[in-house]
Amino acid sequence: MTVASERLPIFGQAARRRAPLAAVLDRESVFSWLMMALPLLFLAALVGYPFFYGILLSLQDRPVARVGTFVGLKNFASDLRDPIFWQVAINTFIYTGVATLLKMVGGLCLALAMNQHFRMKNLVRALLLLPFIVPTVLSTVAWLWMLDPAFSVVNRLLVALGWPKPGPSWLGNPILAMVSIIVINTWRGLPFYGITLLAGLQTVPPELYEAATIDGAGGWQRFRFVTLPLLRPIILIVTLFSVIFTFADFQLVYVLTHGGPQNATNLFATYAFDIAMGAGQLGLGASIALAMLPALALLIVALTIYMRRN
Amino acid sequence: MVTGHGRLETIVRVWLPVAFFLVLALFPFYWMAITSLKPNAELYNKNVMPLIVHAPTLKHYVDLLTKSSFLLWTWNTMLVAVVATAISLVLGVMLAYPLARMRFAGAGLIAMTIAAIYLVPQPLLFIPLADVINRLGLGNTLTSVILTYPTMLVPFCAWLLLGYFKTVPKELEEAARIDGASRLQTMRRIFLPLCTPGFISAGIFAFTLSQNEFLYALIFLTKTTVRTVPVGVIAELIRGDVFYWGQLMAGALLGSIPVALIYSFFVEHYVAGLTSGAVKA
Repeated sequence: MTVASERLPIFGQAARRRAPLAAVLDRESVFSWLMMALPLLFLAALVGYPFFYGILLSLQDRPVARVGTFVGLKNFASDLRDPIFWQVAINTFIYTGVATLLKMVGGLCLALAMNQHFRMKNLVRALLLLPFIVPTVLSTVAWLWMLDPAFSVVNRLLVALGWPKPGPSWLGNPILAMVSIIVINTWRGLPFYGITLLAGLQTVPPELYEAATIDGAGGWQRFRFVTLPLLRPIILIVTLFSVIFTFADFQLVYVLTHGGPQNATNLFATYAFDIAMGAGQLGLGASIALAMLPALALLIVALTIYMRRN
Repeated sequence: MVTGHGRLETIVRVWLPVAFFLVLALFPFYWMAITSLKPNAELYNKNVMPLIVHAPTLKHYVDLLTKSSFLLWTWNTMLVAVVATAISLVLGVMLAYPLARMRFAGAGLIAMTIAAIYLVPQPLLFIPLADVINRLGLGNTLTSVILTYPTMLVPFCAWLLLGYFKTVPKELEEAARIDGASRLQTMRRIFLPLCTPGFISAGIFAFTLSQNEFLYALIFLTKTTVRTVPVGVIAELIRGDVFYWGQLMAGALLGSIPVALIYSFFVEHYVAGLTSGAVKA
């Protein structure tokens, strides 16, 4: 593919002065593919190959450190008969759905609160982002200690406010354990929503608010009919991102509950880890991890197309 | 949008919600800090007011640094994060520059593929990757994570840089081409020096993500001497049912400091990268 600019006389002279090989290397397509060859090979070897190898593994009975035997769809069939698998699927959808909703609503409130004039705004913004930048495992350990069965500071505060002793068993009760992982995921992800939506709010032209006010719109109406429609693209993209990585979350649950009590907080990623690394069943584990693929593929394709369009 | 109201209204509209979010965001870090400073007698005594430190001590820090391999883990984490970030920036530029500047058949497809790879979460790949790393004989080496972290960082850097490169004007490169510079020379001598802010943004994110990574490190690194901070803290400071909370919190706090420090220097770059919509949540 030759490009229009190459035909300009001045570029032609420059190219002719070089040796033939250099001229070939200077073609846009040759230069591009040579430049991209190394990173593309790297990604093919360490993302592409493992991806297809994972599909192959899921079709094998493959105990760790032994040769696998091809078993067709047997692993997937046994997943579908496994009650824990279904509980894991339900857990993952509840976790993703509720945490995403909380982050979206909370993030919007955070952005609206920050979109006002006050002193030390940049410092406040920097501090609010801390939960998002600190390594997840380390902040989750702090939460583990805050929800400790014997010395939970949360419970000590609740009891001081009149809650009957000893206070809720946050990580021991199946429902409260799910509540806990959702709250902590929200705590970590909220700043990402808040700061991104804040950037969106700051691009809304003030004239639009003025025009709406002149037309008689109140505070809620300005938010509903001016702010929200303009924020919609940002909300959509942030939410898709967040859903993908909440759906495949591992660290938080692994540290806080290990999927317990009685699999009440087990997600696809933690269950696949248990089966593959704990029980040494690589094939079965791969089939559980791949069970995430249909939902993830849908989200990834949607987001990729959306990102390309912008 | 505060319009000349009284001081009370400012407090209710501005500071009340802001304070609420600040307390929510920062309380776990406050709790981390004061726990790490409390002696055990105070830590495990339910009759003492827990929100302040009555008899501060550095014992947990001394124990952490002398009785565990925390310093070695910190060194490992830094080494891995720096090398993985450097590799990812170089490979990311090699993808982003042609995609941002050249016209060639297949460019759209490559860009789509990179965006899709960037969105593939680790739990989808860790089982086959574990087998690959074992077969390569790389288990329990830092090479295993230095090689695998860029699988998420390269697409990420490429995507962020691609967005940044497109905002850089083309005139200087066109002038260099007219003067007879090759494409490689134009890219290295003219274009890349203009892109420092983009590299800082991508670099900080890659560094933060490397420090945050847990799953691959947990699977590939099972010996004390090669562990990174998150895995070391989880695997070795939590021993069975016995928790060393003082040490754990000291470790969590010290482990958070490198990221927090770098972030505090480059917070504007970080927010710029974040709001370009190119970040994993």
